[in-house]
Amino acid sequence: MTDQALFWIFAVLAGGGAVGVVILQDIVRMAFSLIISLASTAGLFFLLNADFVAATQLLVYVGGTLVLLIFGVMLTASGPFLRIKMSSGETLLGAAVGLLFFSVIAFTVIEVPWSDLPSHRPIDAQVTDQIGATSRPIGLRMLGVAADRSVGVHKNDAASKTGYLLPFEIVSVHLLVVLVGAAYLARTKRREPAAGGEGGDA
Amino acid sequence: MISTLADTATTIEATLQNWNISNGWAMFLAAVVHVALVAGFFGLPAGIFIWAERKVSGRIQDRLGPTRVGGKFGWLQALADGGKLVQKEDLVPADADGPLFRVAPYVVVVSSLAAFMFLPFSDGWIAVSLDIGLYLMLAVMSLEVIGVILAGYASGSKWALFGGMREAAQMVSYEIPMSICVVIPIIAAGSLNLNEIGAMQTGGIQNWVLFHDPFTFVTFFVYFVCATASCKRAPFDLAEAESELVAGFLTEYSGFRWSFFFLAEYASMFAVSGIAVLLFLGGWHTGIPGLDNSVMDGLRGDSSSFVTAWLVNALGFGVFFAKSALLVCVQIWVRWTLPRLRIDQVMMTCLKYLVPISCVLFLGAVIWPLALGTLFGTTSLWGSPAGDRAAPTMKIESAQVAPEFPQQVASPSQRESGE
Repeated sequence: MTDQALFWIFAVLAGGGAVGVVILQDIVRMAFSLIISLASTAGLFFLLNADFVAATQLLVYVGGTLVLLIFGVMLTASGPFLRIKMSSGETLLGAAVGLLFFSVIAFTVIEVPWSDLPSHRPIDAQVTDQIGATSRPIGLRMLGVAADRSVGVHKNDAASKTGYLLPFEIVSVHLLVVLVGAAYLARTKRREPAAGGEGGDA
Repeated sequence: MISTLADTATTIEATLQNWNISNGWAMFLAAVVHVALVAGFFGLPAGIFIWAERKVSGRIQDRLGPTRVGGKFGWLQALADGGKLVQKEDLVPADADGPLFRVAPYVVVVSSLAAFMFLPFSDGWIAVSLDIGLYLMLAVMSLEVIGVILAGYASGSKWALFGGMREAAQMVSYEIPMSICVVIPIIAAGSLNLNEIGAMQTGGIQNWVLFHDPFTFVTFFVYFVCATASCKRAPFDLAEAESELVAGFLTEYSGFRWSFFFLAEYASMFAVSGIAVLLFLGGWHTGIPGLDNSVMDGLRGDSSSFVTAWLVNALGFGVFFAKSALLVCVQIWVRWTLPRLRIDQVMMTCLKYLVPISCVLFLGAVIWPLALGTLFGTTSLWGSPAGDRAAPTMKIESAQVAPEFPQQVASPSQRESGE
């Protein structure tokens, strides 16, 4: 019952925050509305005992992205409180795209046979023992050791033997390249005239 | 609540259920008790440290500090401050963005309070014990900056906006070396669970992660610098910088909302010091060889009842609090003796010095056990290796994993035979 109540609180906040992003006109209020929506999504993940995903949601989306968003908004704003006014054509186009996306999601959700899914069973004792102990299975899975797949059933399943370490590393290096590139683009060029005859840096 | 700590006695919820209270009520009451305890642990240190700040700063400046409120040493100064602040008018400037201006202090204070849910105050004294406790704690604490930026922006004042911008730049930069520094003791300990890391450092002082290898020793100091900066404490308090920005993002705030920012600041100082104590300084262990165990055995005697277990934990809390308070006092000491850096110096300290230093330390901490392993056949120079100490907690995991390895070894031959 408590879970149900918490679910509804977080769900309403997530949905309400998302609606707020669309309706509000002040751009920083929009950003705050987005914070509410994303943080409530993290709350929903916590309710599903997916604590690692929830923490990442808080750190990456709520913390990182929104700080940068607010940062960018404050840097680019021309007046004290920037407002966004939409023309009616843009509103119509946005509503059409939104409706299309909503219908896709709605049809997908309706098509899923929820009552037949294994996750629909009540949580058994073994699962409650593992609540809060998610980081080791995730780490082992990265190395290709699947703790949740039992012996025998998935013997020839290639996915149960492949780790995710290499893709993870490749993504990390990509991010590093982007960071270095951003730092190179954003740095001041003030030093070049002062350096003069010594020649500009590459 | 999700308090699943198998090796310490019971959770509050389980205790309540033993008293023939229905599950729903037990869960509700346990939640209330947890919230009350966390709020107490959040408010009490903040009050003590506000008093300590006044007293220490007074002594450093050759003054007496508060002397009258509540007896000889001015014990009740923080309470008197609070009483004064509650009575002040709740001002919202005409130029301010009202709702955001009002909500910003709550964002700061709630994110600071939420961090205390994942901080173990003694063995098992933790509201929510998770495998990813440290990660989640840092994630929650990093949300504090959103409130500061909102406060700076919504005040409708140039000073406040400058303060908010500086805070954003500073926080985004200092989070990087701080996160790297936090990873280094985790390499030594092999766990993200703060309770496990604290419990690992039992025995003598040589078992503290601080003395695990030279890299963790240096990391402690780098972490402490970053933590001081992340609390916006002098010499990194560019966001408020009284001499340049009036009071930075706090300029337009008054009364209770202003006090929320201060409550959050002092609570965050305690939280980052608590993380430092748990990660490097042995958590709730005294570090004197044999003392912890003999005290525990003496108290427990033959019976291991609820009360004696509670007493042992209360002593552990005393040790933990003393260590954390010492670190907070160092932060106060640094604030009143060092001049404030300029904003470019703050950024340079982080990007040119702290980030490279922490990266080198990270690399060293990774190579250290490998080098020791190949040269001497051990992963640690002194004390029992972290792996051995972590063994009891890892056993469950290896039992689960063990059946996997035969399957893995067998699979290539099966694939060949299939072909």
